[in-house]
Formats: sequence, structure tokens, C-alpha cells
Amino acid sequence: MNLAYRDIRHNLLRFVLTNLGLSLLLGIVIMITGVYGGLVNDAVRQARAAHADLWVVQAGTNGPFAQGSRIPGDTRDLVARVYGVAKAGAVTYQSVQTELNGKPLRFFLVGFEPGRPGSPTSLIAGRDILRDHYEMIVDRSSGLKLGQVIPLGTHAHEFKIVGLTEGQVTSSGDAVAYVTLRDAHALQFELAPPAERREVARGGGSGSSDQINAVIAKVSPHVRIDEVAAALSRWKHLTTLTEAQQETLLSKFVIQKARSQQLMIMVLLVIVSAVIIALIIYTLTMDKVRSIATLKFIGAPDRTIVGLVVQQALSMGIFGYFTGLVLVLVFKPYFPRRLVLDPQTVGIVFAITVVVCLAASTLGIRLALKVDPAEALAGTG
Amino acid sequence: MEPLAKEPVVRIEHLSKHFGEGSAQVDALRDIDLTVYPGQVVGLMGPSGSGKTTLLNCIACIVEPSGGRITLDGDVVYDEAWLTSDLRRLRLDKIGFIFQYPNLLPFLDGTDNVAIVLNLAGYGGSAARERAADLLEYLDVAHRKHAMPGQLSGGEAQRVAIARALANRPRIILADEPTAPLDSERARIVMDLLRRIAQEQDAAVIVVTHDEMILDRFDHIFRLRDGRLELEEDRTRPRRPGTEP
Ligand SMILES: Nc1ncnc2c1ncn2[C@@H]1O[C@H](COP(=O)(O)OP(=O)(O)OP(=O)(O)O)[C@@H](O)[C@H]1O
Ligand SMILES: [Mg+2]
Repeated sequence: MNLAYRDIRHNLLRFVLTNLGLSLLLGIVIMITGVYGGLVNDAVRQARAAHADLWVVQAGTNGPFAQGSRIPGDTRDLVARVYGVAKAGAVTYQSVQTELNGKPLRFFLVGFEPGRPGSPTSLIAGRDILRDHYEMIVDRSSGLKLGQVIPLGTHAHEFKIVGLTEGQVTSSGDAVAYVTLRDAHALQFELAPPAERREVARGGGSGSSDQINAVIAKVSPHVRIDEVAAALSRWKHLTTLTEAQQETLLSKFVIQKARSQQLMIMVLLVIVSAVIIALIIYTLTMDKVRSIATLKFIGAPDRTIVGLVVQQALSMGIFGYFTGLVLVLVFKPYFPRRLVLDPQTVGIVFAITVVVCLAASTLGIRLALKVDPAEALAGTG
Repeated sequence: MEPLAKEPVVRIEHLSKHFGEGSAQVDALRDIDLTVYPGQVVGLMGPSGSGKTTLLNCIACIVEPSGGRITLDGDVVYDEAWLTSDLRRLRLDKIGFIFQYPNLLPFLDGTDNVAIVLNLAGYGGSAARERAADLLEYLDVAHRKHAMPGQLSGGEAQRVAIARALANRPRIILADEPTAPLDSERARIVMDLLRRIAQEQDAAVIVVTHDEMILDRFDHIFRLRDGRLELEEDRTRPRRPGTEP
């Protein structure tokens, strides 16, 4: 018969109540891994949404997401002519902020060439961009609806939402929006009217505006991607990254800081959980001193006593872990960020919980082993 | 005398026990000699502080004596030092202990409080529960076998505790004031029960008591004073038919 289980069942309500706090803590730990997973996932998805085989960016940079990258606007023609490249498209990236009904609205704006790589795919509603100007496709997470009109840029051009995507956000949670490359250029380089007049007076034009951030290339299915990459590397002002390299960059470098912050919070939470588990186990054992003395008196070996304490510690951890997990799963949709719980990380948190429980039960074990069987004889029962 | 024909189950020779050192030393037991035969129920009496509990604990291998020799069921277990390293196993196999308070495990029901001892001794779950149920039947508490200790009356709990003490068929049953929390009627019932067990299981029963009302239930009474065995009364007489089952 399992004494640990019997004792828990006998005091079930107390067990559940004392462990609710632990559940919340472990739930937060799981949630943080989910936030981190979401971060990685969003970043990688953002790159994946481009369906690129190769990314051509400014030489020596980890562009265009991990680092800024500027290349001449004609790079796309250059890339398209390389043997093996089936299609190429120029893209620009910029963060824009505007106001809608008095509320700030942030986007990560992608400028693309319609019909070429880099165009938005898998729309969940609406249609592709058909006109050269002032149409926009945006991620559903922005809260915008089809047909809605939003002002962008210093001249507050009105962009109409014609299509919606799903699940396309940056690692900082901003919705991704698509406009034509021309619109994007205009938004990027347009100046406020006074600055524009000054620029014209100096004799400058919109000369610098023919710059893009990257070229996305699709490789013909009959040619090996690395061969094409090698061919592209002959231009010294460009760097070529494969899709896999791009994803690695995104998941490693872009969110490194976020990762170390979260790691620190997790370590602190795990320490707090350990202290809480240790205290609960200690008090649970204290409450059972007489039972433990009786068990020893009637001949129970130490292994039975240690088993009782350790199994209760483990039950606590497992109960807390799964309650926490359920809480996270239940409240996930209401969380302001997307949580991605990948099974491996969730498994690691479980393993950590088990280890922490074992470590935290040592205090209780020491107490239990020190109990003198003669205490079973003491005074009242 | 019939019992003397048998080997003693408990034999204590020159047993001493002191607590503390130097001027603070308390001689709880001094040069105790005592022998108990199978089937005998003996009483251990004496004023408070005379060493009754200490003596019982030495026999139960809970307290280490300071000197002397203890022989239990033919084996010398203590001779100036413990001769066995696994005292818990020894207790489990040879000794049944009845506490003043039932000391049942609060999280196990009546049956399991008895079955746990059998589990510890290596009996499997259902065999242990079956024997536990039989014992509760024997002690007339079968109807309470699924009750938790908190729901039992004092007398019922004490009978479950006695069933637990009997579970491993120990040759030695020790009881420290088992009747103290019971009224005199219940006390007599418990004592008769112990007598019956002693005879049926050929066990030695040693009972510490203050209760002069139950003296007639003992075959033999040892009186302690200041750690010394002061008086030994042999009350052996023909078994009364009323105590037979
Ligand atoms: N663990 C201990 N440490 C020090 N002294 C002790 C200890 N246990 C018992 N003693 C002392 O030994 C003596 C005998 O105690 P014991 O408990 O055996 O008496 P008792 O006859 O059972 O008394 P009571 O009838 O009150 O239960 C007492 O003087 C007691 O103070
Ligand atoms: Mg006593």
C-alpha cells in the first residue's frame, strides 16, 4: 500500500490548497517558456512567410531581420539573371506607426513586388494587392478589418485593407503588413513638406530612394541551392543566406537578449518554487512525526519513511506542474502574446520540476530520519 | 507448574539502564532479573518514575540498556551491546506493541492499519488485507474495518491497535498502560482479550499498568521501585473457564 498516496488522499483538500500557489508558480515558468517559444516561432515564421530559397543582403550583414541591410534597387535584376534562379523579388522592411481612432497602431511593413517572391501568401480573407498604390494586406492580429482605411506616412495617404493574413507577427509582437514596393519606398523616403522644400532647394531629388533591404530568390527545382548561393557570392557587395541560415540567425541572435532575461526570471522562479516545496514538505513531515515514529516503532525500515517523504514531494511537483500546465493552456488565448509550447521545452520544465522536488525533499527526509521511534510513546495521541 | 516446562520467551538478566552522566545520572533500571514464559500474562507495576516504561522499551529494543542481557524467544539480542544490527526487523518479527494511546496511522482505515505491519513483513496486498480482516473479526471490530481512526471510539481504536500488535503473530506482546484511557468494563475486556491471545498464540504478554482493578487478570506481577524489582507475586492459578474463547 502506498502511504504517501493514502496520506494525500486523507488530506486531499489541504494538499490541493497548499499546492495551488506552487501550481501558479510552475504555470508562470511554463508560460515564460511559451513566450520564448512564441518569440522564436514568430521570428522564424516571419522569415518563412517569404518562402525564400535564398536571401540576398548587404555584404557582411546578417540582414534583413537580424541586422540592417541596404542594397541597390537593381540587385533584383542582377540576381534574377544568375543561372538557377527561377524568380527573384525585391523587398523592403520598415516599422511604421500610425494612429487610428486616437490609438497608436504599429506595423512591420513589408514592401514587395506583386507577383514576385516576397508577396504575401495564404491569405485568410480578401484578395491580393492588384493596384500599384494604396492597397494593403495586414495580419489579423492588428485587429483591422477588410475594407478599413488607415492613414500612413507624413502625408497620411489612405491605405485600404484588401486582404488578411494570420499568424504573421514580428518577434516583438507587431503585426506584419504588406504594401507594394513603390508605396513602401514612398513611405520610407517621403519627407515632411518643409524638409522636402529644403531638399528641392538644395537641388537634390528623390535619388536615394532606389534602395531595398533584400532580394528574395526562388531557385529552380533542378538546380542545387548551394550552387546558386556560390554563384551569387561572386558579387562582393552582397551576401547570400539560405533559408536555414536565416532561421538560425533569427532564432539565435535576434532574441538573444530576450532569452537571457527570461532565463534569469525562470531561474529565480525555480529557486522560489524549490523553497516553497521544501517548506511545504517540511511542514507536511512535521505534521506526521507521530505517524513516522509509530511506523519506525512497528518496524518500518528507513526506505519506507524516505519513500513516504519523497513520493509526497514528487506528487506535489507533478500536481503543481500539471495544474500549472492546464492553467496556461486554459488562459493561453487571453494572453497578449502568442505562446508556443513545444513539447521538448515543456518536458524539460517537467524534468527540472522533478529534480527540484527531489532536492527540496532532503530537508523533510532529514527530519523524518531523525524521528525517534520512542516518540510514538509520548503523551497524548 | 505447567508454564515452567517451556523455554522462557523473555529473559532479562542483570539489566541496568541509566540516563545522563555524572551527578545528573538517573538510574532508571538497576540489576533487573525477570523471566516470562509463553502463555503468561504478567503485570509491571510501580509508582511513577520507577522505570516501567524504560524496562518495556528495553525489551522492545527501542531503548538501549546500559548493561545486562536480554534474551527474546531463545535469541540473545543484547549482551552489554546490541547483538543485531537490524532492530526494526527484530521488532517486526518478534514483538507486538500496544501503546497507551492507539497510535493508529490517521490516513489508513482500520484494515490497512493492521495490514501495514504484514506488508512490512513481506506479505502481499490481498493476503495481508485478508489476515487483517480476520484479526479485526477476532477482536470484534470487523464492522469498523473501513472506518478511519478519527471515526473510531477509544475502545474500537484500541482494539484495532491490538489487532495490529498481533498481526505478525509475535511471541512477545508488550503493552504500556493499554487500559488507561478505557473505563473499567472496557479495561477488563481488553485484559481478557490479552489473556486469550497469550494462551492461543503461546505468547508472552507484559502489561504496564497502574490499575489495581485488573490485578486478577495477571499470572504474575512484578513491582518496581526506583528502578529495582521490589516484589514478585506469582498469581498463577487454574485458568478460569470464562476466559477461554
Ligand atoms: N529519555 C530519558 N532521559 C532521561 N531520563 C529518563 C528518560 N526516560 C526516562 N527517564 C527517567 O527514568 C526514570 C524512569 O522513567 P520511566 O518512564 O521508565 O518511569 P515509569 O515507571 O514508566 O513512570 P510512569 O508511571 O510515570 O509512566 C524516571 O526518573 C525518568 O525521569
Ligand atoms: Mg511510563
